[in-house]
Amino acid sequence: MKYLDEYRDHRIAHALADEIAACTTRPWVLMEICGGQTHTIMRYGLDELLPRSVELVHGPGCPVCVTPLETVDKAIALALRPDVILVSYGDMLRVPGSASDLLRAKAQGADVRIAYSPTEAVKIARANPDHKVVFLAIGFETTAPANAMAAWQARREGLTNFSMLVSHVLVPPAIRALMASQINRVQGFIAPGHVCTVMGCREYEGLVRDFRIPIVVGGFEPVDILEAILMLIRQLEAGEARLENQYVRSVSYEGNLPAQQIMAEVFEVADQKWRGIGAIPRSGLRLREEYADYDANLVFDLGELTVNEPAECLSAQVLQGLKKPTDCPAFGMRCTPENPLGAPMVSSEGACAAYYHYRRHSVAS
Amino acid sequence: MSTKSNAELKFELSCPAPFAAKDTILLGHGSGGKLSAELIRDIFLPAFQNPVLARLDDQAIVNVNGQRLAITTDSFVVKPLFFSGGDIGSLAVHGTVNDLAMGGATPLFLTAAFIIEEGFSMDDLRRVVNSLRQAAADAGVQVVTGDTKVVEKGKGDGLFINTTGIGLVPEGVELSADRARPGDKVLLSGSIGDHGIAILAQREGLEFESKIQSDSAALHTLVAAMLGVICDIRCMRDPTRGGVSSTLNEIAERSRVGIELEESSLPIHEEVRGACELLGLDPLYVANEGKLIAIVAPEAADAVLEAMRRHPLGAEAQIIGTVKQENLGLVTMRTPLGTTRIVDMLAGDQLPRIC
Repeated sequence: MKYLDEYRDHRIAHALADEIAACTTRPWVLMEICGGQTHTIMRYGLDELLPRSVELVHGPGCPVCVTPLETVDKAIALALRPDVILVSYGDMLRVPGSASDLLRAKAQGADVRIAYSPTEAVKIARANPDHKVVFLAIGFETTAPANAMAAWQARREGLTNFSMLVSHVLVPPAIRALMASQINRVQGFIAPGHVCTVMGCREYEGLVRDFRIPIVVGGFEPVDILEAILMLIRQLEAGEARLENQYVRSVSYEGNLPAQQIMAEVFEVADQKWRGIGAIPRSGLRLREEYADYDANLVFDLGELTVNEPAECLSAQVLQGLKKPTDCPAFGMRCTPENPLGAPMVSSEGACAAYYHYRRHSVAS
Repeated sequence: MSTKSNAELKFELSCPAPFAAKDTILLGHGSGGKLSAELIRDIFLPAFQNPVLARLDDQAIVNVNGQRLAITTDSFVVKPLFFSGGDIGSLAVHGTVNDLAMGGATPLFLTAAFIIEEGFSMDDLRRVVNSLRQAAADAGVQVVTGDTKVVEKGKGDGLFINTTGIGLVPEGVELSADRARPGDKVLLSGSIGDHGIAILAQREGLEFESKIQSDSAALHTLVAAMLGVICDIRCMRDPTRGGVSSTLNEIAERSRVGIELEESSLPIHEEVRGACELLGLDPLYVANEGKLIAIVAPEAADAVLEAMRRHPLGAEAQIIGTVKQENLGLVTMRTPLGTTRIVDMLAGDQLPRIC
């Protein structure tokens, strides 16, 4: 299949791995931000192809994992109302809240539906005027334009039975928070290609400058990731810190301007809590005041919910790249995808889940 | 934006308490994955404990007056009722015939029970029944008894069908999921994921244009052709719900062996691959209704493969892996890059990824 096979090619991948080994003279710690990239690294065992001195740590870029517990609890509470149809991306359904998850709410009779596109939720609202349709609008900058488009469309049509429970997170503030932390170990970042397809590369310039750290915008296939690693290592070995774009077939410097425009029209930057990490200032998006009628928090008067979460697992360290999932004593024992103790075991793109699904055997042996 | 110091940035550990809410049935309990296995282990097996059931194969094999009878039952709740490449009627025949065939049995008789929702279209019922009749005739089985129940509007989802099948197992045939041995080859009869993706493409809220057709088919003549080469095939399974991955995980666990797949040898149609890439699904977990997996001793593998390829339903058959002594109870896969990963059994349904 075009655009896939060549990026999974055995010879190209090994040639890149050899090149990485040839130009690495010192130990380096690199972080891929996006859960999709973590997934590829684990699925294809890319870390096995790298020299031991290159360590990959996994970032907080799984939108499902970092969605706050409060948002999940609110979604479940809304879904259980008989007048509500809750529409969500598929992988949010298994995410545990404090006492239940959306799959269990569904089993109790809640009308929970999976959509691939947020505009599908608008369609459901149009078709069900007697119900209040709530879309669980989560994600990074990748899903934000489509989520914004759903609110924009609903407002233009004057739909009164559609609203969104928004939990949007932004990548650059998360990198800034990680870098500012005194326990940071990361020396180079692979920036998330799909986020940059929307947002372009510009906002990463400041991070490169402020922290003198190389950042390479990378794609999601094995060859993409290996090439991005090679570009990072070359910079690090030469003592450079530049912004480079490996994912040129998708990412332009300016990004997708119409997408950015609709995002800016519907959302504004706000403080945001990240599950497993904590609050990061100005690291999320919320609906603008003009869209208040479409904010499920206001429509249903959900108020501020604070949930106390027991400190059980290592998720904070895992999501900051300080610990590997396998460093956790609960990994694979008390904490599994069926009974996750923490955020990164929840979604298939979470770092712990990726290790569990693809790499248990090498851990056990 | 200001740069934050570590002191300002509060890293709160946020881990939800585990809740083992095992008091309700979830859709995942019917997905053929880990939850289904738990349900069988915790609820059904203890209740009906007997040596025939304990084999946990797709069919029960019982001795009656020196004859080995194979019995199986299956319920069909597919949505939509009519899909590209088949419908609930033909599927109700193929599913049950295949469960008999996976035990090496020659299918003989079927029962058919219809649970119909009040208000269901008579024309649709005729279409389904006609399709079921045709599929049974094509498979050479007779529908010899049946049942009809009508439930109130809103208490059923249009139409559910249950079929039970009876067949005879020829002498010398001994297929079971606990017979895989290190060194054995894993054979797959053709491309995977066709049925699941064909259904998904037509499901409400997800429609996408596709030429993918369900592979729904009766496999007993293919099985007969394979057993004609060597009757000592170790095990056969049709990878329906839960896909190839769940089926192989079951075999690995029952036989206490490891199974290693070769990713590049998996036959997957381009359209299915494309749809899976787009939807974030793994074809190894997508359902099939006209494919089989056979575990065959290494010395017989090539001959069995050849016999499969001569049969129209096995034309794309491949050897996809080997049974190993390592990683007991696990299925692993060699990726195109030469690394190895686990092919896990899913907990519940495969859920589409966000991005």
